[in-house]
Formats: sequence, structure tokens, C-alpha cells
Amino acid sequence: MNWETVIGLEIHAQLATKSKIFSSASTTYGADPNTQACVVDLGMPGVLPVLNSEVVRMAVKFGLAINAEITMRSVFARKNYFYPDLPKGYQISQLDLPIVGQGRLEIHPEDGESRTIGVTRAHLEEDAGKSLHEDFQGCTGVDLNRAGTPLLEIVSEPELRSAKEAVAYMKKIHALVRYLEISDGNMQEGSFRCDANVSVRSLGETTLGTRTEIKNLNSFRFVERAINIEVERQIELLENGGSVTQETRLYDSVKDETRPMRSKEEAFDYRYFPDPDLLPVTLDDDYIEQVRRTLPELPDDKRKRFISQFGLTPYEADVLTASHELANYFECVQKISGGETKLTASWVMGDLMGALNKAGLEITASSVTAEMLGDMIKRISDDTISGKLAKQVFNAMWQGEGDADAIIEKKGLRQVTDSGAIEQIIDDILVGNPQQLEQYRAGKEKLFGFFVGQVMKATQGKANPAQVNIILKKKLTDF
Amino acid sequence: MYKQTIASLSDGLHQGTFSSVELTRQCLERINRYNAQLNCFITVTEELALADAREADRRLQSGEAAPMTGIPIAHKDIFCTDGVKTSCASRMLDNFIAPYDATVVASFKNAGAVMLGKTNMDEFAMGSSNETSFYGAVGNPWDSTKVPGGSSGGSAAAVAARLALGATGTDTGGSIRQPAALCGLTGLKPTYGRVSRYGMIAFASSLDQGGPLTYTAEDAALMLNVMAGFDEKDSTSIDQAVPDYCAGLNQCIDGLKIGVPKEFFGEGLDSVVGDRVEQAIQQFEKMGATIVEVSLPNSMLSVPAYYVVAPAECSSNLSRFDGVRYGYRCEEPVDLMDLYKRSRGEGFGAEVKRRIMIGTYALSAGYYDAYYLKAQKLRQLISDDFRRAFAGVDVIIGPTTPTTAFPVGDKLDDPIQMYLSDIYTIAANLAGLPAISIPCGFSDGLPVGMQIIGAYFKEEQLLNIAHQYQQETDWHKQMPEGFS
Repeated sequence: MNWETVIGLEIHAQLATKSKIFSSASTTYGADPNTQACVVDLGMPGVLPVLNSEVVRMAVKFGLAINAEITMRSVFARKNYFYPDLPKGYQISQLDLPIVGQGRLEIHPEDGESRTIGVTRAHLEEDAGKSLHEDFQGCTGVDLNRAGTPLLEIVSEPELRSAKEAVAYMKKIHALVRYLEISDGNMQEGSFRCDANVSVRSLGETTLGTRTEIKNLNSFRFVERAINIEVERQIELLENGGSVTQETRLYDSVKDETRPMRSKEEAFDYRYFPDPDLLPVTLDDDYIEQVRRTLPELPDDKRKRFISQFGLTPYEADVLTASHELANYFECVQKISGGETKLTASWVMGDLMGALNKAGLEITASSVTAEMLGDMIKRISDDTISGKLAKQVFNAMWQGEGDADAIIEKKGLRQVTDSGAIEQIIDDILVGNPQQLEQYRAGKEKLFGFFVGQVMKATQGKANPAQVNIILKKKLTDF
Repeated sequence: MYKQTIASLSDGLHQGTFSSVELTRQCLERINRYNAQLNCFITVTEELALADAREADRRLQSGEAAPMTGIPIAHKDIFCTDGVKTSCASRMLDNFIAPYDATVVASFKNAGAVMLGKTNMDEFAMGSSNETSFYGAVGNPWDSTKVPGGSSGGSAAAVAARLALGATGTDTGGSIRQPAALCGLTGLKPTYGRVSRYGMIAFASSLDQGGPLTYTAEDAALMLNVMAGFDEKDSTSIDQAVPDYCAGLNQCIDGLKIGVPKEFFGEGLDSVVGDRVEQAIQQFEKMGATIVEVSLPNSMLSVPAYYVVAPAECSSNLSRFDGVRYGYRCEEPVDLMDLYKRSRGEGFGAEVKRRIMIGTYALSAGYYDAYYLKAQKLRQLISDDFRRAFAGVDVIIGPTTPTTAFPVGDKLDDPIQMYLSDIYTIAANLAGLPAISIPCGFSDGLPVGMQIIGAYFKEEQLLNIAHQYQQETDWHKQMPEGFS
């Protein structure tokens, strides 16, 4: 039987506010346990939440970026359950009236067609603290620094049809929240993570199969692995006459398997009800327009512009707009280089991204700044250095040896463009290789490359290749 | 001195007739003498009180004093007090020292008031007789075999016996007005949002409201002047200008339109209590008011609506008491579930557990619409009743409670009877309206209270009407024998 995979993602993006969603405690990551939890975060008796208006602005910004309906009167609700890292015994979240309603997003999977994916909703909620099960001799430690950190939970429609599409969607949301500067998207620190709802059905079937929910996936690779493994597991179950149980599962990246956490029967009854400590969040058109005016150029618009303005291929545009930092870097290099678009794209996507990947660095941490790379490309286009020597210059810049001009000077890499000098060298080589010269004249034109190589060798690669070609051709004819 | 009102003692302090230290010592002496009998204080902060009093005397001498400076008062043990045990009369918080001041407590500190201690109450404010307290029942100063009412029973008894000159209370379904009525005091529940709830341990967040318990309406105005106002720490507090409640106390009530809801004088009302309230209404008529019969057809549904909404909210509000971070923790828990079950099972009393269970049930999947949502609709209907009534009248007057103080133990095993003792007070909470209870007579030596309900933010008017009545009557001046 042919199976169709159906995936919906719930992405949790931590909003990049300075203070928490309902208290004035700091959200900085990595502080000593329980040093960034005030009486409100600790759930002390008598304390009350006060909404941080910044989270509302950020959520609205996100909603506008995915063309969603913004809820003019949204309501916070309490989700009740007991856990030691949930200080109040309930999480303040949104249920019936989330701040962001139905929206949509276009994805461009690496080896598939572009598709539009529906976003069901996005709602605001507070994060819980962390339970630490190691280092406490069989006990559990609780760190409430993260308690009350603002999250935007972005729920997709079950419209993703493969693990690759799910990853493309997640990457798109990841890029978007960073473009909008509403989340740092740091997955190692847990600022961006997702739950995947996965089911399969026979191709052509219109009703959904029974789904499982895989919790807390915190890397693109894990999302892809976990979904693929879960899909295989479900298909195998069904093909052997079994059925899928609706349950919550955990992905174990070490064992590379998913395993059950709790079944539907054990599922919590969260007893949601509107939080009486918080008033509904009411917005007006002026506010929405004010936020709309702060929207930056969005990834899709930028991608289109890169194609039309710079003549990049869709693939190049995809790569270069994957993050707004990279896109900004590209545009900055392109401008400094004096409009050398193709050369810039090739250097950024080639040597620069290669070096960054190898070192495991983000573009913002690159030791070669956009100014440095732009200046170097300018030296290629004004024939100061050849493309080949530029690789030496780039590596030296990467090692921190200075900017392009300094390196060119220091290493003597300036291209020889003095035609008199090049002519002299060519003359010497022709005189020194009479045998090859004879063969060439006899019609073995392949030897042209040999002479070019000799010139380059003699000049340590510094002779301008175009000039060498012209002069050499002339000399070979005339000699 | 203890027989005087806050208003006159404030004058004495400002004129230097006596010091706050002297006044405070007298209150502390009375607490020492009578608290064992009444059990109205859970904690007495003697040293802190004297330090507060000395600071107040310094302020009084240097001319930086406010009207409440140097006045010894007590706080219901539901208000968090920095560095002082805040128990909510529960075993759950018997070991809890609050790390911060409630906004109300901080406001009284800033005004220079002296805190004598923390008063007894029904556990987590759940009760109408003060019998659910972990620290035991409180005696009614008018008759120690009777309850003082609740949940602010300790505050009411302390003020009625003149151990404190005024006290704070909280009112979720009548918890200020009912004990005020049963102890012969003036008790005001302000409009929801008028007084900050920050630091007031939540029972039912959409209903809870702090207010004063005092001898007179004038004293209530003095205390409300300190308590009322917007608080940025409480999202449900309302940013509206606070009038000087004392300045509005001498308005003539000639032409005042008083609505009398027929539903408040029906079955279940003790006939003597009904008579006393009727007499008070006649008194108002003599003073120039017009009496109009009004109808609040849905008000009798307020008890069932309340006993869904309040337990629902409390079931969630009390989830934080889990034995993990503070408060009671059971001995030797074997695992997390055991820790939760025994800490909560042993830390909470029976009435609290009953309400948590009712509320949990009402919010459960499949029952939410039938209970919680339906109760919210009733609440809207009750508010609409009041809105219609206030289109034709200025205030609504009726009895505060169906009976006078009932015997200790009488209703403890019959929750429904206990819940019905708040039948006239709950509607104001559901609608968020201000209401005041003032003494209007006696029945068999026990005080009878009359309730005046106003439109939103009409505390000034309620206090003025109560004050005018108290200029013409002396019910509020009576003192229980044995404490004078």
C-alpha cells in the first residue's frame, strides 16, 4: 500500500524580551539557578501577573508577517497541572482566543516544490522552570530562572507531507522570528523547539489517521529523524494489521527511537479557564498599523528581490536569505564590491560559508567582515589580484592577518599587469622551450596551456591571466 | 481611649493629647487580656507595633503625620506582611513568613499606621463562621457561644472587643459585611478593582476585594482613604481617581432614592432581623429619603452561581500550595505523587478540600459548559438586575444576613446552611458592586446589620449615607459587655 504522511508542528519560540512575560525579572540565559526568579515567578502566595506589553507587540509582529488575523480581544487562560517546575500549579497560556489567528507561510523545501502551509494560530504563554534530575543524589533540583519566560507557540495545520517539508517549515519559521527580531532562535539554549504531530494514512484517504505527538524536538536534524522513524513505526504497525495508539512520545537521539510517554487515557485534563487575574488584551487598528510600520523586509520579499534585482538563481536567493544576518552581509559585501553581484554570491556561498561551517560559526561571528570581503572582491574586479590569489588573501584574512590590501602588500600578491614585464617573461619562456614551441607551431595547440602555466609559475601566479593570454597568443603567432 | 473612634483618636494624636506609644500599649494590653478568650489574633507583633508607634510619634511631632499615623490596627492574616508569619489560618502556611508586603499593608505602613498583629480567619477565607481556621474558632464578643461570622471573623471580633481600632478584611462572598453585621460593626466591601489585591492571598480572584472593619462609617472612610487606589502590580485594579472619602461625609440625604428589593425580605429571613432593617429604612425616610420597591429577580441564584465560580477559581489558586517551595510538606515523601497527595491532604482542612474538589469538578472536561460557563451567565444576569435597579434608585438597602450570630458548631456539619448565611451578600461580589454593612439594632442582645449596596465606585455615597444614619442612631456606639 502507498502511505501518505501527515504532519503538524507546534513550534515554541522564546520571545526576546528583557524581562519575563508577567514579571520584571530578567530573562538572561545562563544565570545561577533561581537567581532570576522574583516572588511572582516563584508563585508566592498573593502575587499577581502583569502582562509585559512587549510580548504583545512581538506576537502581533509575527501575526502580520504571516498574514494572519490578529485577535482584537484575546484572552489568557490557565492550564492547570501539577509539576515541581510549574510554580503556580498552572501555566498562563491562551486557549479559545489566541492573539494570532489563521495565517499562512510559503516553504521552499530543498528538493521539492514550493508550498503554502497554513498556520492555525499562534498564542502567548509562559515557560515553566527546569527540573534537574542529575547531581542531586536521587532527588530532583528545580531551577525557576526560566519560569515565566515568554513563549509564542505557533501551531501549523496538518499540511506537511514529509519530514523534509516539516524541516523546511520549521527553518522558515526560525528565519522569520529572527528576521522580525522577536526571538534569538537559539536551539541549544532551548529558545526554539517543537512538538510534532505525526500520522499516516493510505494515499487518497481524506480522513486523518490516529496521530502521535513527539515532544520537545530541539534541532532540525532531530525533527527529521524523529518524524521519519515515527512514520516507519506507524506504517509497520498498520501493515502488520495493528493500529496506532494516540499518545505522546519522546524521541531518544542516542538510541534513535521514539518511545511512549503517556497515552490518551493518561492525558491530563488541564481544566482551562480564563485567568481572572488578567484582563483580556484589547487592541485597536492604530496599534496594529503602528506595529505594521515596524516590519522589516520579510524573507519571501527579500528572496524575490534578490532574484530580480541581483539576478541570483532561486537557489542562491534561498541560501542567501536564510537568515537576515546573512542577507545583510551579502548586501553589504555586494555594495562595497561595487556591484559585483555574481562574484559576491560565489564568495559568500563558497569560501566564506565553507569556512564558517568548518569552524561551526554563525555569520555574525565571522572574522572576515563584510567590509573586508567587499574590499577583497574590489581588488579582484580591478585586477589587483587574480581570483586564484584571492583565495590566499581570503585565508589570510580568515586567520586574522589583516585586510585585503595589507595582505596583498605584505605577501606581494599584487598581480603583474605591466605588459612590458609580461612580454619579457613570455619571451624568456619561449626561448627556453624551443621543443614545445616547435610542436605548437606544428599544430599541437594544446600546448598553449603549457606556456600559460610556465608564465604563471615564473610569476608565482601573479601575472594577470587575461593579459597573459593575449600577449602569449600574439607572441606565438609572431615569434 | 480604646472606646473612641479612629477619627477622634487621630485628633488626639495630632494635638499631642497622648502618644501613639501610649495608645498602642493600651491595645496590646487589651490583646494580652482578651485574646486567649476570643482567639482573634493568630500573631501579635508587639515589638514591631511599638517600633511603629515610636516612628509614628516622631512623625506626629515633626508634622509629617497623616490622619492614620499612629493608629493601631490589625491585618487579616490573608495579607502578606514582610518578615511576619502570614498563615491564611491554614496548617499549609503555618510556617510561612512572607518575603514581601501586600500593597494594602505597604499603604498603611506609608500612612504611619501601627500594625498590632494578624487576625484569625476562616482557612483561606473559606467559611462564614471562622470555624474552619487551623488555629481554632473565634468567639463573638457579644456572646462567646456564638460565632463572629467569617471569614474575617478575627478582624471583626478584635475591633468589636476594642482590641484594635480598625482592621482590614477581605470579602469574596460577604466575608467583611457578614462578620461586621454579626459583631455590630461597620464593614465595607469596595467596588471590585478599587483596592489592590496584590499580596492578598487569593481565594477567588474575580470576587476577592479588601476593605475595612471599623466602629463607624467615618473610620471606614479614613481607612479606605489609605487602601483605595490603582496598583500597577494588580492588572484588575482600576485606574480611577480616588476621592477623599472623609470630605464626602456630610452630604444631606434629602431626596435620596433607596431601593428595597422584595427578594431580600422573603423566606429564610429571621423576623426580628427583618423588623430592625424595616425600622432603619423608616429612619431613612424620616431623614428625607424616598423608598422604592425594586426587584432583583436573579439574586436568589447568586449562592449556586457563587459556589461554582468561587470553588473553580480557588481550585486553581490553591494549586501553588504543593509542598515544593514553601509551606507545609509531609514527612518523608516516597515520591512526587506522595509528596503532593500527603502535603495537600494534611496541609488543608476539610472545607478547603471540599471547595477544591467542587471547583476541580466544575472545570473538568465535559462539565465546564454545564457549570462554569452557566455560572458566568448567571453572574451576568445578576449584574443586569442591578444595572436595571440602579437606573431608578441611588442605593439598595436590605439585611446583611438572614439571622444574627448563630451558635458555634451549629452549621459546621451542614455546608448548605452555612453557605446560605451569605445569601444577601454574595450578589454584590458577583456583580463587583460596593456594599457596606452597618449596625441597625439588636435581637436578643445580638447585633443586627443592614446592607447598603451602591453603584460602581459609589463608596463615597455609601459612606455618607452610613455616616448620616450614624449621626441619628447609636447602635454603632454599643459595646459588648465584658470588654468595656
